[in-house]
Amino acid sequence: MAKKYAEWVIRYKIFIVILSIVVVMMMGFGAQYLTFTNDYRVFFGEDNPQLVAFENLQDTYSKNDNVMFVLVPEDGDVFTNQTLEAVAWLTERSWETPYSSRVESLTNYQHTSAVEDDLLVEDLAFEPGDLSASELARIRDIALNEPVLINRLISPIGHVTGVNITIELPGIDPIVENPEVVEFIRSLREEFRQIYPDIGVKLTGIIMMNQAFPEASQYDMSTLFPLMLLVFVGVLFFWVKGLSGTFATFVIIIFSIVGAMGLAGWFGIALTPPSFAAIMIIPTMAIADSVHVLMNYVLAMQRGEDKHEAMVDSIRINMQPVFLTSVTTAIGFLSMNFSDAPPFRDLGNIVAMGVMVAFALSVTFLPAVMMLLPGKVKVRETTSSQAMGRFAEFVIARRSKLLLGMGLACIVLISFVPKNELNDDFVKYFSEKIEFRRDADFASENLSGLYMIDYSLESGLDGGVSDPGFQKNVEKFADWYLGQPEVINVNVITDTFKRLNRSMHGDDQSWYKLPEERELSAQYLLLYEMSLPYGLDLNNQINIDKSATRMTAMLRNMTTKTVLSLELRAQKWLKDNVPVSMQNAGASPIIMFSNIGERNIKSMLLGTSVALVLISIILIIALKSVKIGLISLIPNLIPAALAFGAWGIAVGQIGLALSIVTGMTLGIVVDDTVHFLSKYLRARREKGLDAQDAVRYAFNTVGLALIVTSVVLIAGFFVLTFSAFQLNSNMALMTGVTIIFAIVADFLLLPPLLMALDGKEQANA
Amino acid sequence: MLNRNSMIAVILSLVLLPTLALAQSAEQKGLEIALAAKAFDQGFADFTANMRMTLKSRNGATSTRLIRIKTLEVEADGDRSLSIFDEPADVKGTAMLTFSHGLEPDDQWLYLPALKKVKRISSRNKSGPFMGSTFAFEDLGSQEVEKYTYKFLREEPCGDWQCYVIERKPAYQYSGYTSQTAWLDKKGYRVVKVEYFDRKKALLKTLTASNFQQYLGLYWRPGKMEMVNHLNGKSTTLEWTDYQFKTGLSDRDFRAQALKRLK
Repeated sequence: MAKKYAEWVIRYKIFIVILSIVVVMMMGFGAQYLTFTNDYRVFFGEDNPQLVAFENLQDTYSKNDNVMFVLVPEDGDVFTNQTLEAVAWLTERSWETPYSSRVESLTNYQHTSAVEDDLLVEDLAFEPGDLSASELARIRDIALNEPVLINRLISPIGHVTGVNITIELPGIDPIVENPEVVEFIRSLREEFRQIYPDIGVKLTGIIMMNQAFPEASQYDMSTLFPLMLLVFVGVLFFWVKGLSGTFATFVIIIFSIVGAMGLAGWFGIALTPPSFAAIMIIPTMAIADSVHVLMNYVLAMQRGEDKHEAMVDSIRINMQPVFLTSVTTAIGFLSMNFSDAPPFRDLGNIVAMGVMVAFALSVTFLPAVMMLLPGKVKVRETTSSQAMGRFAEFVIARRSKLLLGMGLACIVLISFVPKNELNDDFVKYFSEKIEFRRDADFASENLSGLYMIDYSLESGLDGGVSDPGFQKNVEKFADWYLGQPEVINVNVITDTFKRLNRSMHGDDQSWYKLPEERELSAQYLLLYEMSLPYGLDLNNQINIDKSATRMTAMLRNMTTKTVLSLELRAQKWLKDNVPVSMQNAGASPIIMFSNIGERNIKSMLLGTSVALVLISIILIIALKSVKIGLISLIPNLIPAALAFGAWGIAVGQIGLALSIVTGMTLGIVVDDTVHFLSKYLRARREKGLDAQDAVRYAFNTVGLALIVTSVVLIAGFFVLTFSAFQLNSNMALMTGVTIIFAIVADFLLLPPLLMALDGKEQANA
Repeated sequence: MLNRNSMIAVILSLVLLPTLALAQSAEQKGLEIALAAKAFDQGFADFTANMRMTLKSRNGATSTRLIRIKTLEVEADGDRSLSIFDEPADVKGTAMLTFSHGLEPDDQWLYLPALKKVKRISSRNKSGPFMGSTFAFEDLGSQEVEKYTYKFLREEPCGDWQCYVIERKPAYQYSGYTSQTAWLDKKGYRVVKVEYFDRKKALLKTLTASNFQQYLGLYWRPGKMEMVNHLNGKSTTLEWTDYQFKTGLSDRDFRAQALKRLK
């Protein structure tokens, strides 16, 4: 049947080439609907509990998406006329930022003080250009002793300061809104640099992180993608031996990408760095099918067949295995749909589509176009297949020792799998090639970080934030929190109450304590609120019926494991020390990212199991043998286990990126097994060979192609390890390692297994 | 006296406005409308009213405050007003006295019953949220003509009425806004809608006023005002009841020292 099909394809070659191009173009038109997401929230499903908790908190108080200007005066002193003037200038201009709702800086910090019997609320540095040395010293003294400012807007030694802009993105057209803010911020930075060349400016904050996602993808696209294509052309030209084959395969790569990305557009998938990685994974997948078809075609011509005969022969023996491997690869990628993080679902779906497009083209466009292109191959015995033959003899001769040795090696390596612990660091999602990563690192080392946890502390009664009992509990919690080694700053309302109490008592430091009566607190608050300017209100800290307050803890940059352990301790403290109404889980982006690794591993475990069962059933049916199907489980599963074992020794930390690798590589490593086993079984059944000869036959027909496709895959994923997005590079590294183990297992473990388990039966089994 | 003056102003403006409009610049016409509106309301002497303020957050939670307002008309300066807070309970008895001035910062005092002291609020800021609401003090304070520069934009229907649409730019340096667009109905100069634009010139808030009633056959007051903040999704509704005009209040009732003795 496959033979008839192949002849049909060759007869209508021109029609098929044209039809392929038309269909791919139609799919490709969908690319116009592709958009780049720039919102970190895309990593979380809509019903992700940590996301829901965080959204609720933001609805109750205010959003805390932000941009932070980090100002670094060259002379190392923020408290000079020139620098404070620069801060004031930037603060004033920052109000023009699109969607901004709040601008906070050292200069517009609302300082409260007592003047005779009155409460004075004013900018800490008003018209700072005219301040005298003693006024500057006074401002320095206030700022460096103010818990609200220290480690947030001013460094403890006063050498770096921040201007923080709170942004409320309306979320109507997210594709436009975030870049709009960033564009304004960057042009403002340019303007600032022109006027104040002696002050360094860095940019951090959630908005900048959002922007880094598409920018990381653009970096990959402009640097890695061309490199990857170059590597592939080199590999192909070397192995496929001929311009025609290389050209045809190159066209298939491009068509598969165009087709898959176009379909993604038609389906309305929004691109993120993980899903954009599809553009680099599809070529590695697409290339394998063509390599198998072309290599058997070249081998047949070397045996002396003409072009047509050789192609019909190649399609005949490759149709089933190429189809099978494409389906199993697609299933492996589709298993990502179990992921908790939507970008990985998209990645899986886009690659799966690309794989199927590549398959379709490999059995239509490829044979057709090869007949149209010139191509001659000399009749000869190639050295590489001689080498393959020698290798087969080696494996057959040493089969018992190999089985034992490989078995032992596997056990040793797999024993290191438990050494992996779940850990991640979400600022490190971006490599240092990305400006945001460098700026965020600088900010976290010198001023403040992106790592925050918010707690909504509820009193349970209207106006309860003024209740002395509640305030004492809040203060205790804040004090406990500040005592934790991971914490650099705690922003809490009780500091404001203490400050007001002091100002109401003539700035007497001994009154820097919580008011003792509820009415007094409430009335201080009323007075204070009346005195605040636009955008510096308390809505971000107190809810509307004043029954609850938000406390924000700022942490050093740290791994997800540390974050989770801190939150666990915080929850225990709350449970042991305060009423139930105050015992709310911490919420923030870092809490979300800290949980998603574990959630994802759990969901992917299920996804991978489903994929494994499906793939095994397909193999059993296709290979028409339960026994061989079950034997295939070993080389299919072992590579991932070995890779995690090796990772356990070398790295020891797995995060979001690696949670998807097993499902994804499963579909890829199965290919090698399928090709090897289908040739092995063909030899056993059609040619009546025994297990040893069948292994010999399999090595000779498919060994080289397997090495070539593995080299292509490893090269492809190796290029991807240079991605500006760490999730992609870790995933690529792990996948590459898995593929190396897969080819080792297929060559050194599977044949001895077959000879041991399948060898004793009759050849016509 | 006041009354007669204001009546003359009203009649004059009503007669002159349409004819002047032909030859005027948009700025002049805007100013005329503002002056006419002021004239229309002049002479109320004083009024008292109760205000129920309902705050609504993005997720629909609400919270209520009750405030009594007393206002004294002052010629040639901003009005004086007294706000007495009845709810929430923990601020009951707190009273705020405001002498509003055109371009100078207002004088403000707050009496805190828990402290038994009157505190002067020394701040340039009028743009912060009033009691945590979406209203700024700036939006609620008396609207003196010299607080803005004006520009007539157009006339258009507003609900059942015809409205002047004018742009007003705050002359006060520390205002939270760059401009406002106000809709005033042509018959009674009632402010039915105001759009507030923030420092990035984006629409920040919209005020809509409704349920207007005329008192003493002259003075229109809204029964309901709603202020929506478009940036953060919060809104605040003010419901006004028990309006009483010409109750006989005087300077003596609007003194900082008198705050302590209020009930």
